[in-house]
Amino acid sequence: MIIKRQTTRRRILRGMLGGSAVTVGLPLLNIFLNNHGTALANGTDLPLCFGTYFFGLGLTPGQWEPKVVGPNYEMPFELKALQPFQKKVNVYSGLKCYLDGHSNVVHTSGVQVTINGGIPRTRNETDSSIDAIIGDVIGTRTRFRSLEVSSAGTPQSYSRRAGGTANPAETSPAALYTRIFGPEFVDPNSADFKPDPHVMARKSALSGVTEQRQALESELGADDKARLDQYFTSLRALEQQLELALQKPLPMASCSTPAKGEDATLGTVVDDVLANNTLFSRMLAHALACGQTQVFNSLVSQAASNVRKSGSADTHHVLTHEEGADLSVGFQAGVSWFNRQNIEGLASLVKELDSIREGDRTLLDRTLVYVTTDTGLAKIHSLENMPQLTIGGANGRVKTGIHVHTLGDPATRVGLTVQHAMGVAVDSWGSESNATSKVISEVLA
Amino acid sequence: MLKWFRYGACGLATALLVADATGAALAASEPKSTGGNLVVRRLSADQYKATLISIFGQDIDMGGRFEPDQRESGLLAVGASRVSVTSTGLERYEAAARAIAAQVVDEKHRGTLIPCTPANARAADDACASAFLSNVGKLLYRRTLTPEELAVQVRTAHNAAETVKSFHEGLAITLSTMLTSPQFLFYRERSEPDPANKGALRLTAASKASRLSFLLWNAGPDKELIAAAESGGLDTPKGIARQVERMMASPRFETGVRAFFSDMLQLDNFAALTKDAMIYPKFTIDVARDAREQTLRTAVDHLIVRNGDYRDLFTTPHTFLTPILGTVYEVPVAPIDELDSAAEGWQPFSYAEGDPRAGFLAQASFVALHSHPGRSSPTLRGKALREILFCQTVPDPPANVDFTLVQDTKHATYRTARARVEAHLLNPMCAGCHKLIDPMGLGLENFDSSGAFRTTENGVKIDASGEINGKKFDGAAGLAKAVHDSPQTASCLVNRVFAYSVGRPLAKGETEFVQYLESGFAADGYRLPALLKRLATSEAFYRVAPPEMKKAELPTQIASQTQESAK
Repeated sequence: MIIKRQTTRRRILRGMLGGSAVTVGLPLLNIFLNNHGTALANGTDLPLCFGTYFFGLGLTPGQWEPKVVGPNYEMPFELKALQPFQKKVNVYSGLKCYLDGHSNVVHTSGVQVTINGGIPRTRNETDSSIDAIIGDVIGTRTRFRSLEVSSAGTPQSYSRRAGGTANPAETSPAALYTRIFGPEFVDPNSADFKPDPHVMARKSALSGVTEQRQALESELGADDKARLDQYFTSLRALEQQLELALQKPLPMASCSTPAKGEDATLGTVVDDVLANNTLFSRMLAHALACGQTQVFNSLVSQAASNVRKSGSADTHHVLTHEEGADLSVGFQAGVSWFNRQNIEGLASLVKELDSIREGDRTLLDRTLVYVTTDTGLAKIHSLENMPQLTIGGANGRVKTGIHVHTLGDPATRVGLTVQHAMGVAVDSWGSESNATSKVISEVLA
Repeated sequence: MLKWFRYGACGLATALLVADATGAALAASEPKSTGGNLVVRRLSADQYKATLISIFGQDIDMGGRFEPDQRESGLLAVGASRVSVTSTGLERYEAAARAIAAQVVDEKHRGTLIPCTPANARAADDACASAFLSNVGKLLYRRTLTPEELAVQVRTAHNAAETVKSFHEGLAITLSTMLTSPQFLFYRERSEPDPANKGALRLTAASKASRLSFLLWNAGPDKELIAAAESGGLDTPKGIARQVERMMASPRFETGVRAFFSDMLQLDNFAALTKDAMIYPKFTIDVARDAREQTLRTAVDHLIVRNGDYRDLFTTPHTFLTPILGTVYEVPVAPIDELDSAAEGWQPFSYAEGDPRAGFLAQASFVALHSHPGRSSPTLRGKALREILFCQTVPDPPANVDFTLVQDTKHATYRTARARVEAHLLNPMCAGCHKLIDPMGLGLENFDSSGAFRTTENGVKIDASGEINGKKFDGAAGLAKAVHDSPQTASCLVNRVFAYSVGRPLAKGETEFVQYLESGFAADGYRLPALLKRLATSEAFYRVAPPEMKKAELPTQIASQTQESAK
């Protein structure tokens, strides 16, 4: 008996992907793009994307700042892994975080300044993280408001709404895969689209919860009301996720489903961390290309990173404090090795973003990745000369391949510049001495 | 009672760290308490699961991922009053809820879990939906649903059934929505005027039921408790005592006690614990799981089954072991197949008298949990002793300090942890705090980072002598005895139990009541069930601060942490 089965693009993909570990890009459907491949045929730019990449324990002073200021710099020792992408990488050196008399909560204060704009007076006054601010401007119409991943084995992320609970990160690439590309994924390029009645019923049921909001919030104190507000914001995001699942998505020419891959052991051994980081990077790139989100937060190692080599009693953090300088090079060689692994992880994220072609450009060109860490020189918990990078052109809004050196300016200048590039309408960002209204105009197009 | 332990100024605090060991005699009657703020707590993952297991049974798979809990003032139970639900978190709650609801209505379970059969399985059936939802809704919302609330749920089930053309799937959608709702995920306390005390407030009966139930069972109230609350049964001390007695006699009381110790001893940190596989090949994920369970079993056995003195938990030779724990501790444990299969490999074990491996501090859930992945740490252990068992706050290390000497295990002259940490004391910036921390932790140096017993480090014999609050001791057994004898030990437990039970640090106006609990604890021979009973049947437990006090009287978060640590 001959069984006739219709051959669809999805079926071919499924067949090719069944059990194999390859990524199959769909042919670029030029019909969706303008002549330059940079915009949708209706004249609008392909959507802007924003991501953060966090690594713990800084970089070695003298080993990450390019010698030349301005364009055409050469990648310094600890950033070497980014050499292939030099034209798309901006390096910002010499910036610092101001404490203004707050105690240096080691490995925390630096994160707060570069990601939240300042040091909160009390825990409840933590400002929104930069990704949440930007997401509210660029990414409100996607299935996921943002995706958080952590390759360091713990579900930590630094993404949060003002005063709210931090978003938990995915630690398992396989779980992230299911979340994005599992049964609920709607291929934006699929020809047939039929809304699922179950989704319709779920959405309608959840809207019943929203209707009770007023009654639930009555007589609550301000703090508890804010907590319930966050719940309802999250509920709105969930409802919107379902609402989008009921609509035929806009086609995304460069969308394809990545191979699932096998999780490396979840933990702190550096090889596993980097392997999971690579899987996460690939999935995030595909999620952006498929329009599932426009915002992501990737953490390769935590502040005060406890990433280690297998068989060694020393974690990266322990080494920063205990290792003597290698006299032949003049700095802590073991620490520098870990620093470079963090940059290797960044390079693999950048590689994934840059390998998705969209006409004569790549996904990276419509993305901006903001790279931060918790310290300058980790050995002494320094908040001076904080390493910061931006990578990607943000749809032509950011000039790239530039080294900016500004001695002693607040590190928040980079964050403000990033917000301007993403279209956030703010004049200034940050609190106390970390407040700034000075963008880094050299890099804004 | 302990005097102030000043945050950030260990040097100054040293002189003040003297316990007042006299211990007041138990006051004849309960002192007045102002009560504290009402709180809104987010259900923990364990509470979520325990509540649903009590409703739907053990047979339902509760797998699923939940928003991570957050510890504040030493307790996740206090953090639960601070956290909310993020969008990622809500997505997870909904996914878990759908998976659970699908099982409840599937063909295997619907016969027992749904009290009726719909007239037409492909259409709505309001009567049947109402029967199910009113019953389950009461247990989820921890009170009877109002007629309006029930009508909303029945309408949801009706619409969903019509949309998906299935009664049971429509019911599952309604159930999963209830499981995702704030009424279930948060438990909110409410107050009412106390008729017996003019001008004072107390918890409403429904809130009393929840507070009791989460304290004693770590789950929402059962039908009987809700019925008692709704019929005035919790309005009188006698009525409350009856319920407390019933709940403490239930096997679920053990779950409650386990949940408390898991929180206080921070055993949730086992989830993120890793040991270097090359240095400690025996320390596998199974060892971590069993180490956590060992401590909880020992606590339940000692405190409930034997009704033992809490302080003896630090010296008791009795514990429970599995064969794999036996390999770590190097004691013989019979292989699993020789044991009763119901015991899942666990068997009681008693150390010989004087064995340094006896008592809680020598268990992997203390010595391994508070170590680096590849080495022991007298500092981490000493800090844990002060913070977890004595309720004190140890400040972060200062910036701009060179730690090189401390952590170099290969240093030619400093071959033991003792020699390395003594270097802390050479630096005056470090010495202030470290002389309070390290000498306690050094007593556990006979245990490596995996929890295994050792007598040498890098070929040098280990000196496990130490000092605690000015008293010298020798080795783990000496430390255990010192912790046993320290008045902070019992005082800290009482404070933790209280903060755990109310979901916040104690308020200023509750200090006297907590002191009363402390002296009662001593008078009862440091028996945990007696403490819980005294607390749960007290007036103060249900007292709510009047609104005008809240801002002026209640300390800020940081102040309250310090205040708590001062206890």
